[in-house]
Amino acid sequence: MSLFKKVALASSIAIILSLSTSVLAENIAIVGAKIHTVSPAGVIDEGTVLIKDGRIQQVIEGTDVPSGYREINAKGKVVTPGFIGAATSLGLVEVSSSAGTVDARVESHPISSVGAALDVQYALNNDSTLIPITRIEGFTSAATGLGSTEQLFLGQGAFITLATTYQPVMKAQAFMKLNVGNSGADDNGGSRAALWVAINQSFDEAKFAKSYTMDPSQDWLGLTTMADAKALIPVLDGKTPLVINADRAADIMQVIGLKKRYAGLNIILASGVEAWRVADELAKHNIPVILDPESNLPGAFDQIGATLENAARLHKAGVTVVIGMDTHNIRLATQHAGNAVANGLPHSAGIASLTINVAKIFGMDDQIGSLEPGKVADLVIWSGDPLEVTETAEQVFIQGEQIDMTSRQTKLRDRYLKRDAQKPIGYTRP
Amino acid sequence: MLNTNLKLGLALAVSVALVTGCSNDKQEEKQKSVTGIDKNPFPSTYQKIDSKPIVITNVTILDGIGGKIEAGEILLKDGVIMGVGKSVNAPSEAIEIDGKGKWVTPGIIDNHSHLGVYPSPSTRSHSDGNEMTSPVTAEVWAEHSIWPQDPGFQRALAGGVTSLQILPGSANLFGGRSVTVKNLPNRTIQDMKFPEAPYGIKMACGENPKRVYGAKGGPMTRMGNVAGYRQAWAQADEYRTKWADYATELEAGGSPKRPTRDLNLDTLAGVLDGDIIVHMHCYRADDMGTMMDVMKEFNYKIGTFHHAVEAYKIADKLAENNVCSAMWADWWGFKMEAYDGIKENIPMVHAANACAIVHSDSDLGIQRLNQEAAKAWADGKRAGIDISQADAWQWLSANPAKSLGIFDKTGSLEAGKNADIVLWSADPFSTYAQADKVFIDGAMVYDRSKPESWPVSDFELGQIAEGDAK
Repeated sequence: MSLFKKVALASSIAIILSLSTSVLAENIAIVGAKIHTVSPAGVIDEGTVLIKDGRIQQVIEGTDVPSGYREINAKGKVVTPGFIGAATSLGLVEVSSSAGTVDARVESHPISSVGAALDVQYALNNDSTLIPITRIEGFTSAATGLGSTEQLFLGQGAFITLATTYQPVMKAQAFMKLNVGNSGADDNGGSRAALWVAINQSFDEAKFAKSYTMDPSQDWLGLTTMADAKALIPVLDGKTPLVINADRAADIMQVIGLKKRYAGLNIILASGVEAWRVADELAKHNIPVILDPESNLPGAFDQIGATLENAARLHKAGVTVVIGMDTHNIRLATQHAGNAVANGLPHSAGIASLTINVAKIFGMDDQIGSLEPGKVADLVIWSGDPLEVTETAEQVFIQGEQIDMTSRQTKLRDRYLKRDAQKPIGYTRP
Repeated sequence: MLNTNLKLGLALAVSVALVTGCSNDKQEEKQKSVTGIDKNPFPSTYQKIDSKPIVITNVTILDGIGGKIEAGEILLKDGVIMGVGKSVNAPSEAIEIDGKGKWVTPGIIDNHSHLGVYPSPSTRSHSDGNEMTSPVTAEVWAEHSIWPQDPGFQRALAGGVTSLQILPGSANLFGGRSVTVKNLPNRTIQDMKFPEAPYGIKMACGENPKRVYGAKGGPMTRMGNVAGYRQAWAQADEYRTKWADYATELEAGGSPKRPTRDLNLDTLAGVLDGDIIVHMHCYRADDMGTMMDVMKEFNYKIGTFHHAVEAYKIADKLAENNVCSAMWADWWGFKMEAYDGIKENIPMVHAANACAIVHSDSDLGIQRLNQEAAKAWADGKRAGIDISQADAWQWLSANPAKSLGIFDKTGSLEAGKNADIVLWSADPFSTYAQADKVFIDGAMVYDRSKPESWPVSDFELGQIAEGDAK
């Protein structure tokens, strides 16, 4: 078989696999729930979601269902769009420590001198047990990226669905990562005095590379490799968002300075422990923040101003707040958002921080993030308020498909709940 | 095997464990005169804060031992709980707090914290939790590493934590002594030591010791770990016999040669004497099973397995052996021995009549242990394990108090106990509930409505956001 044929076959299989759920999906009506549409339609106290061909067909008030839909009674329940993991390494790690390959960490390699070229789209394992464990808790998609590179950039992340599919990538090269906080400085000469000059130099080289023939026969004596410079061009143009980790106010002001120098950059601030102190500046420059609202300790000298009110203060200043920084337990972002609400964030902003705001910052809001006609039918039926620790996702739908609500963890639970004391444990199947 | 001929009195006399308090003064002096060993060289200088009597009325009360009282009252006076019930006889000078819509519980006790030994900010200068120089370091004491200015203490207080155990880390087979403190940091560590609380010792199973010592002379395997514990206990047993013989001869009027003092073996002998409580970091069911046999072989008691991510697999055995499990609600997967973590671990251990504890091991987690319990409680309920909230609160106060040997003093709302309590803004099994007021020994030490009264550590004074909402 020629290479071309192999590629063609592989891609047609991929298309079938990726479309299978939506092509075969049935028409479903979820009836009677309190619906957070996270759209201009707001919250509907008792409504119905109609799903057709794997997409949201309509969200209507009341419980009158047209014929041709399988009805799911959700009276007394709460429905939201599927939650979106904002800062994860899902699909790139199974066990973090001392357990073999972790694709979320990259050691130095000649392809890249500054880390920008690294690309996780090739490293994803959709059979990771983290995916079912995460999705049964109401998370239907995620941004996933590298955790460490010990270089300047942390490479290019991907946006993935948490459906069962061999093609989890919804968008490759979905964002570029950079860390300008203490750990970024530590990996780059031990000082911001080196780190920032290297950042400027990298973008200047990318700017030059735009009009340069990037070809191995050409001389290229930049700080970046050719592959790095190529990867930085869409970042410079704002087509690829640049996620920058920074905590102290002074660092965040430098991030704003970077945006002033390279006006095309589409910057997302991440971590942002002291972001509240420069909230007005962030709002003015339209820079959203991904944060952990529970970070209220001075973990280092760049986090002295940590407070539980970070999310609330940013929101009040008009900054787009996104919540969710974790991998194995990204599912706890609901609790994190709940604690942000307990400390002053409006509840609706808490829901938005897990849905539409995440979709928006990664440019995915034409497909997901709210319950609006035409969007992918990623949604969740909750037992109650999803930000309440005692409530749970009762049924999750991804691309219109009612997913199996089991995971390796539920199987372990069920095995030991029904253990047969007469037999070795291996004979008990949950 | 152990020398079982030791008389109890003698065993106590040579014990190096902490025995404090008025009633023990005489005995202690006698021990000291026999062996010349001061068993309490760093005595607590904790002083409760004076307070007027306080009565909280019209409040929902979880007494921490399974009872729930609606529209009840609780009276705090002279540092202790004077009464709990539908109504109490409050003296006229008592300050009344209307608890309408609010809940009262015992203060939360975290039996697994590294506050002060791994403080914020996290710097190498302050990273004093693991004596990673040898796998057996029972001679080190966590209290000698604790930095009382860790701002984590104040954050934990705002989360309703009134007492906590601070442990050495888990790099070593024997990591050293732990200490139990009241959550009222002051100028020196002795100022916060929980009066008369017994000492604990930190031990660790599994991955950590073998990872740390694998390339440093061992142990490099789990079997190496177990050989290490057993060798140490065998030495401790011999050491204990040596001192017992010495004391016997001295008392008989002889002039025996005084054994050489070994601080490591002092602590291990204290465990064998039953005076120092074992807190063992252990994740896997099989590791815990092995350790319960080592415990029987050397005739000591494991008080609590910490982390115990797989406790649900052997909950019946934990109940049989009367060993507590201190657990997270849902942490998992950060290493192989945490790969089988499930969200129903805590309720499954409880349902097997074993002692379940919610612990933090985290300077963030310690701030909302009530939410950790709430998650576990709700997950259990959905799995068919119906536990009342009143019973579930044992995970947060009574059971950790038992595991620390302080349940006679705190951990439940019973007359005569330390008035360590929390007034919650709402049902504390909710994300939105917050600790409104926290009382330690009857004094209001945290009042959410009065930011100017919040304690601020030296470290945060004069820094950004000093006294900010935390």
